[in-house]
Amino acid sequence: MRVAAAILRKELRLELRTFESIPGMALFSVTTFVVFHFGLNRATVAGDLAAGILVVTILFAGMLGLNRLYVADEEQGGFDGFLLAPVDRTWLFVAKAVALFGYLTVLEIVAVPAFAFLLLGPGIGQALPGLIVVLALVNAGFAIIAALVGALAVRTRARDLVGPLIALPLLVPVVIGAAEALEPLLLEGGAAVLPVRWLLVLGLYDLVFGLLAIAVFDPLLED
Amino acid sequence: MTPAIELEKLGRAYGERAALADVSLTVEAGRTLVVFGPNGAGKSTLLRILATLLRPTAGTVRVLGEELPRRAWAVRGRIGLLGHEPLLYRELSARENLRYHARLHQVPEARIEELLDAVGMARRAQDPVATLSRGMVQRVAVARAVLHDPELLLLDEPRANLDPAAAELVDPLLRGRTRVVTSHDPAGGLADADIALGLRGGRPALLAAAGEVKPEQIGALYR
Repeated sequence: MRVAAAILRKELRLELRTFESIPGMALFSVTTFVVFHFGLNRATVAGDLAAGILVVTILFAGMLGLNRLYVADEEQGGFDGFLLAPVDRTWLFVAKAVALFGYLTVLEIVAVPAFAFLLLGPGIGQALPGLIVVLALVNAGFAIIAALVGALAVRTRARDLVGPLIALPLLVPVVIGAAEALEPLLLEGGAAVLPVRWLLVLGLYDLVFGLLAIAVFDPLLED
Repeated sequence: MTPAIELEKLGRAYGERAALADVSLTVEAGRTLVVFGPNGAGKSTLLRILATLLRPTAGTVRVLGEELPRRAWAVRGRIGLLGHEPLLYRELSARENLRYHARLHQVPEARIEELLDAVGMARRAQDPVATLSRGMVQRVAVARAVLHDPELLLLDEPRANLDPAAAELVDPLLRGRTRVVTSHDPAGGLADADIALGLRGGRPALLAAAGEVKPEQIGALYR
């Protein structure tokens, strides 16, 4: 835990110094909503369309974070520095996943109000508690997969392409689960009940991938 | 007493290309092995294998009594590596970088200040590494390499970028332990060495007690 805290502190300090991830992710999401606004030629969206737009936009904005997650470690020798330490390497995965979870949360603090303002037909207030639960599960799933895939992709020459190409298929269940869970929350007539079944699907997927990532992360860092 | 390093027909290949082959030697604890050879001779590959960062593809390696890579976890933390890359995050200050590594190695904070003083970087300790000169970065990198007081030091041209005064400053920190040092300076390197290894094309071209080697023999490796 001490090791994960040290890595996480370093990650946050680097992000605060460079602003390489969060501003880009937030700007990308707002720009995407503007593009959807004009591209769909509709003043507002609701229901399944709104859920799909929100989830896919967050997913693509998150890809920017995935691509940056290990760049400083790869380019500035952080991997070697970490690998030389007598610590469990899984803590690197844990710290990166927690950091990305945080970045996605900040992204959504910007993106959700922007979405509500630019595109969403129904008011967001009633849907907000359910939305927070669903997005927390989305963030967890995304962060786990990105922290795993990012470590693999960053050591390849075409890392900006390889990361999303591996991560996107793995994230399809998260997209389906999130879109299904969000749809009733964003209905035109007001938010309906949160579908527990889809929350369980998301939670289970996060759990399974979390355990899988912990099992394979250490060998992944070998040369 | 167990030798600090025992190599038996050590080899490392990248596909068809052998970066290192047939290296067999023993280094007793407290001794210094200096490795000479032109660029691409396999010096850095040897250091990375000894540092547990690279797996050998042939032969056997024992470092500090532990067989690599099987028991790599048992020697991490007992090894200090000063490579071509300083293994420092550019956007963090010297102190923040050392604090990060100190937490990974469970080293008390007081050691950081002691080392910053020793390498003459106390006054610039708050500045981001990106703003430091190459020589200053090398001094911080030396502090990082010896932070956890390693038994074995692996030094890839440790005096690179250092002016004579700075070299004099860091030299005491690098002495008094088993060392593997790469060098391109025949006279200076031999003066430091107990054993001299000359590599050419990844293979040992010279292996002898340093006192028995003439600088001209080292020079011949580069022709």
